[in-house]
Amino acid sequence: MLAAALRAAAFVCGAFVVLMVLFVLRESWPALREIGLSRFFTDPSWHPQGGAAAGTFGLVPMITASLALTAGAVALAAPLGLLCALFCTDYAPLGLATAFRRLMEVLAGIPSVVYGFWGLVVLVPLINRWQPPGASLLAGILVLALMILPTMALLAQTAIATVPADYRRGAAALGLTRVGTLWGVVLPAARSGLYTAALLAVGRAIGETMAVLMVCGNVVRSPSSLFAPVRALTANIALEMAYALDDHRSALFVSGLMLAAMVVVLVLAAERLRACE
Amino acid sequence: MKFYWDLSREEVLGAVLMVVSLGVPVSAGAQATAADQLTGKLVITGSSTVAPLIAEIAKRFEQNPDVRVDVQTGGSSRGISDARNGLADIGMVSRALKPEESDLSSHTLARDGVTLIVHASNPVTALTAEQVVGIYTGRIRSWKDAGGADAPITVVNKAEGRSTLELFLAYFQLKAEEVKPSVVIGDNEQGVKTVAGNPDAIGYVSVGSAGYAATYGVPIKLLPLDGVAASSETVADSSFPLARPLVLVTKPRPGNPLVRPFLDFALSAEVNDLILALSFVPVR
Repeated sequence: MLAAALRAAAFVCGAFVVLMVLFVLRESWPALREIGLSRFFTDPSWHPQGGAAAGTFGLVPMITASLALTAGAVALAAPLGLLCALFCTDYAPLGLATAFRRLMEVLAGIPSVVYGFWGLVVLVPLINRWQPPGASLLAGILVLALMILPTMALLAQTAIATVPADYRRGAAALGLTRVGTLWGVVLPAARSGLYTAALLAVGRAIGETMAVLMVCGNVVRSPSSLFAPVRALTANIALEMAYALDDHRSALFVSGLMLAAMVVVLVLAAERLRACE
Repeated sequence: MKFYWDLSREEVLGAVLMVVSLGVPVSAGAQATAADQLTGKLVITGSSTVAPLIAEIAKRFEQNPDVRVDVQTGGSSRGISDARNGLADIGMVSRALKPEESDLSSHTLARDGVTLIVHASNPVTALTAEQVVGIYTGRIRSWKDAGGADAPITVVNKAEGRSTLELFLAYFQLKAEEVKPSVVIGDNEQGVKTVAGNPDAIGYVSVGSAGYAATYGVPIKLLPLDGVAASSETVADSSFPLARPLVLVTKPRPGNPLVRPFLDFALSAEVNDLILALSFVPVR
């Protein structure tokens, strides 16, 4: 009885994913047929209004932008999150660690549109005073880093907490310093959990839409500097879907397909990395 | 991102198929059973600018329990041709009718105006059409060349497909490819916030939302165009040049008895709150 229920639940979840991919494929099929996959990579710009014949459908600047945003945000948030986690598990007094953990949980629960709004009214004007127009790759990276920091910190903390206490005792018996214990024993033992934390953080960063839409400027151009405005694949869909028709609409589903493909590649790469270890 | 018309069209199609398969007869038009009991189905197609407003109006009109209103987009030209050949009962058009379209009767639903906005602290009080074109094509890069301080201009443009973009480009005779934006935004709200947060920005948004924001103390300034101030009044009386009517068209003698009551409702002051909510300007 329980087995059947579990099987059904798993089946429903799996079916949803498959159906969703099929739906996106079906919706993007007209564009793939009329425009062809290669033009999404070779067209010089993104002006989809003209339809398959007159429009241009270059997605490369947006793919680059999505990757740059994600890479920048993870490069900032992953080390910071890991350090926060170590502080909580090994350095902070219990009360402070609990308070810090609660704070991170609150931060993780704030909707992304709030981060985006904060970015738009505080961060963007600040950067604008320094390097106009303010809405930029940098603003996106900072907001995203802030958003994925709690994910990273909480999951890393959980991973570190699951390292058996025996390991630490063994390290102490061998006379290792505190730093030596963490660096040489605890972190390697928690490695798999840390990878999962980083992967989830990457997933959240790459799929984030509202915050990125609000602070990045959304100009379709390959990022030339940290201060250049960029448009992420997700923002492209959110910006244009409401008014898109025919080929344009279908091309936006190709953006979605591209996004899904990027996530799949990242997951596979992470699996390979773990297998190689 | 509020509307997914194609999906709703499929849903409507599904619902219709279900009714047919249940064996309930669906007549092409509608029947008036009692004097004030409206029944039947109304098909409205056309401009994607007007569609969100009509969808809201239709929702309110469907409070008559036996009435269904099917709203589909496809552009103003589809609205004209569908109304002409009877595929739709009412067509939605987001421009004034051309002389060769006078075989249809037209009804102005509301007006839509677009105004340029700058930050309230910007000393610039007016721009000529050449200056606007220069700024949006990247020839003028500093406010110093447009009568302001020596600061780089942040050009705020709209995303592809937005009707405000089309109206703006058509008025200044620009092509989408020629515009060199620093920031691209989605809806009017985002445009207002972006300009309010950047003293050197220029953008364009619908007159309705800009006027509303400015009255509530958001630091933006609406620029006049050709000497005419941008306000709901100048848009409503057609003196503001960067504006257009939102029009419903029907055959002179519509066959569907629901058309008349729907038009009476849509063209009454009862829907002014919906018009304002979508940043258009009521004309009644």
